[in-house]
Amino acid sequence: MTYRLEHLTVRHLGPQGPVALHALDLVIAQGEQIALIGPSGAGKTTLLATLACAHQPASGSFALLGVDPWALTQAARHQLRARLFLAPQTPPLPPRQRVVTTVLAARLPRWTLWQAVSSLFRPRDPRAAFDALSRFGLGEKLYARVDRLSGGERQRCGLARVLLSSAEAFLVDEPLSALDPTLSQLTLTALQQEARKRNATLVCSLHQVDIARANFARIIGLRAGRIVFDAPRDQVTDAMIAALYLNESMDAPAPAFHDSPERLAVGACF
Amino acid sequence: MAAVPMQRRDPAFRKRIVTVVACLLLLWPMLVYSEFKPWILFDAQSMRATGAFLADFLTPAHSLQFLTMVLEQTWITVAIATCGLALALLGAIPATLLVTERLSISLLGTHRMRLPARALRQFVRVVLILLRSVPELVWALLFVRIVGLGPTAGVIAIALTYCGMLGKVYAEILESSDAHASDTLLANGSSRMGALLYGALPESAAELVSYTVYRWECAIRGSAVMGFVGAGGLGQRMDESIKMMAGSEVATMLIMFVLLVAAADLVSKWLRRDLV
Repeated sequence: MTYRLEHLTVRHLGPQGPVALHALDLVIAQGEQIALIGPSGAGKTTLLATLACAHQPASGSFALLGVDPWALTQAARHQLRARLFLAPQTPPLPPRQRVVTTVLAARLPRWTLWQAVSSLFRPRDPRAAFDALSRFGLGEKLYARVDRLSGGERQRCGLARVLLSSAEAFLVDEPLSALDPTLSQLTLTALQQEARKRNATLVCSLHQVDIARANFARIIGLRAGRIVFDAPRDQVTDAMIAALYLNESMDAPAPAFHDSPERLAVGACF
Repeated sequence: MAAVPMQRRDPAFRKRIVTVVACLLLLWPMLVYSEFKPWILFDAQSMRATGAFLADFLTPAHSLQFLTMVLEQTWITVAIATCGLALALLGAIPATLLVTERLSISLLGTHRMRLPARALRQFVRVVLILLRSVPELVWALLFVRIVGLGPTAGVIAIALTYCGMLGKVYAEILESSDAHASDTLLANGSSRMGALLYGALPESAAELVSYTVYRWECAIRGSAVMGFVGAGGLGQRMDESIKMMAGSEVATMLIMFVLLVAAADLVSKWLRRDLV
């Protein structure tokens, strides 16, 4: 998947909302692996959602494979979404679901309705789910329920979905926020290997600057909705990092997933 | 820090007083117009009638013939409720899928729904309102005229009213559950049904099931009430017994109702235990 963003401005909460990303210029080539770093609230999550066609830009031009997805019909745009994979920071897993079901949900865009229904009764391809989970060290949890998993296990379970999708771009938000250093490396390696194998584009937002610099060839620093630097890793200096995080506490709490508050529902009446 | 004098008055207090007074003013005419006169219950004549009727209650009717009749009618009542609810589900489930905003693809990323989608949602919502705003008793009265005395009228009445209720509440349950799972599935290109089956339903399955079983319980009660207008089942017998002032028969049938509701409660508990 190739991206071309020119002067792209993105707002929160519809056309009149506050500006989240200011006039970004960004070109991403097929198969590139990019780390997105920056302080909390810099707009990393919004940028990933925009790249995933899950957030409509307010102005500027946005091209995915040379076309603007928001100029397409809704059906065509939705088909395009099946070729992208957005993995939010909080794992989107219903607590009462079994791990095997939740991982296989990545196949939904390719399934017919009948296949989706029958897989609820008897998982269609438990072997594939097991292989994906094993890559993240979770093979033994195949038939466990999601609410029996720890926070770190849930996070890896959410990432195991990436391997079952047929996506050509992985847009991963903070995949390591609940993991210890060893697991972090294992998880990141699994993601990068898979991306390389498929020649898929990987954009990964990270809080751990050292991990980003050690594993990614290209690093983008985002601050207050603007790209501060976009450079190969050997050109990223400690001074640039320090400037990026200036006046920010490194261990500030992670930003809340701010892409859905407008859909808080009114309480149901029983 | 500058010293701030404490505010002398709680700014919310006046509004609360006004609300209370307004509620009382509204309630008074309601009491008058509803002719709510509890003291009538205690005048001598009604006390005597009640006494005789209630004394009969202490010895529920228990002849074999009567009991078989009650069981048969109970079965009819349960059947009316179950058939009615099943038919209601046939309409309510598709209506829920149309009404709920949780599964909107056009809302994804744009914060606004396309006009045809919004119009269709609004239309289905109005149909649901129409269906449930007519009480099931009124539907039953209408259908007793059309299809004649008997359970068919009861089944149709429950199906229509409950379709409206279930569709509305299902949609609200889906909308008030956590959207994260279904939103992510939609963002990754799955269809509306896929996001429903793998995202929204597992989040709210227990609530949906317990509400459905509770509605089944209501339908049992409702079918009993509709019996009074000739829609078959236990209610029709109860109507006859009450008109004959046969307290012992009414007592037996009331006991039957309690047992039915308790059974519905038990079923709901079992189902929830497996889902929660």
